[in-house]
Amino acid sequence: MLRLEKLSKTYATGDRALSEVTLDIPDGEVVALIGPSGAGKSTLIRCINRLVEPTSGRAILDETDITALRSGGLRQMRRRMGMIFQEYALVERLTVMENVLSGRLGYVGFWRSYFRKFPQSNVDEAYTLLDRVGLIEMADKRADELSGGQRQRVGIARALIQNPALLLVDEPTASLDPKTSRQIMRLIRELCDERGLAAIINIHDVKLAQMFVQRVIGLTKGVVQFDGPPDSLTEDVLTRIYGEEDWKETIAKEKAA
Amino acid sequence: MPQILTGDGTKIWMLRDRKAQFLRWGGWLVGALVFLSCWRVISDATEWFFVYDAGRIAADIGGRAIPPRWSYMDKLWEPLWDTINIATLGTFFALITAVPVAFLAARNTTPNAWLIRPVALFIIVATRSINSLIWALLLVAIIGPGVFAGMIAIAIRSIGFCAKLLYEAIEEIDTKQVEAITATGASRWQVMAYGIVPQIMPAFAGIAVFRWDINIRESTILGLVGAGGIGLQLKGSLDTLAWPQVTLILIVIFATVILSEWVSAKVRGAII
Repeated sequence: MLRLEKLSKTYATGDRALSEVTLDIPDGEVVALIGPSGAGKSTLIRCINRLVEPTSGRAILDETDITALRSGGLRQMRRRMGMIFQEYALVERLTVMENVLSGRLGYVGFWRSYFRKFPQSNVDEAYTLLDRVGLIEMADKRADELSGGQRQRVGIARALIQNPALLLVDEPTASLDPKTSRQIMRLIRELCDERGLAAIINIHDVKLAQMFVQRVIGLTKGVVQFDGPPDSLTEDVLTRIYGEEDWKETIAKEKAA
Repeated sequence: MPQILTGDGTKIWMLRDRKAQFLRWGGWLVGALVFLSCWRVISDATEWFFVYDAGRIAADIGGRAIPPRWSYMDKLWEPLWDTINIATLGTFFALITAVPVAFLAARNTTPNAWLIRPVALFIIVATRSINSLIWALLLVAIIGPGVFAGMIAIAIRSIGFCAKLLYEAIEEIDTKQVEAITATGASRWQVMAYGIVPQIMPAFAGIAVFRWDINIRESTILGLVGAGGIGLQLKGSLDTLAWPQVTLILIVIFATVILSEWVSAKVRGAII
């Protein structure tokens, strides 16, 4: 279980991105984090794996206080948190296989990883995952030869090969077309269910979020404004999160399957 | 400054107004005066007697220089080989030194921006600002004449050049790839090997062949100060007025440079 206790972040510029965010996310729960640009969604998930250092408060994953860890302990903890990025963040000049295996870097020593001598079990797992995300025949292609949707699948495989307890997903569909967006969201949700993974998914598309998550959290100016099941998102709630606008078309009409 | 003027109802457009026009003419006038006065200074400092003679002397030397003394080639193979070795090994050692210096100098990889980065930048500026011929002069005095001095001279001169271009490439990398590798729990060295090195490989290869190409040229003259290579033969031939040999050496240098251009173009094409 992930627990955030009064997690806050104030940037050096004085911008308060997060104000005392307190949340519990049980094992296996898939959560969408919505909110306007600049609401602190990216900061929130980066404060959990400390790509951004929180200013105060605590983030606790399975009884380990992540915010208190020093560099060695933090690296071990990061292995348990897979991250998926908006623009895929693959190493463009490496092959698909190298990108997937890079998810094991936290477990493998420097020289083994430098000479690409990953344990056979990792290689087997990489092939299994590539097969699962439908890219088995792309294994030896360079990442920059792939389309956006394919790259995001590689990104997902890289996060999963870490064998994480939690997925941190930052705008997974923002660079993808509508159909690919759905496929990616569906894939993430299916994989979370298969593996009992919890996930926090930053997302702009409210309808898409409603289709694929169990819980929605609305963030505005670093403060949690809403926390509830996807079908309880009303026009009023969206006005509270995003501000005044006609929200009729933005919300899914009926509860998504 | 585009201008729109209105005279008897018609709109006249001119690129510049009257004042800007005068300023432009004034600028040209000052430029012409400076040129003429410089010409006069140079003219006063020139022994025109020798210059009137230049055509005849050049024709005379040209006449003596042709045909090249092809048989002298026997004595050129070895210094030519030395020259290429000076350039290649010099570039190699320069790159070995330049890589760590570049990582210490780049803002996003330096371990300490206030202490270590200035030292790295100083190494870059210091090695870059002195010509390899001058490094060679110093090194011939310190470690004696020969190929080794030339190689070190080339290496030192190239460190700053390579490190500067490389650290600029490091500063321009995509930080998201680095972030993604960091998020997997990778160590600092793994982040470097997976997140940074693949991104700068094309720049590194380009810099290496570019500098090697320059160093081939530079190493042909190092012999003038005794640092080995084909320049030694060139100096010897010039000093003894052996013009046909000079011609042959110039042809050989020309051919070598063409060859190095070709090789580096091929290598660059293969990488990018």
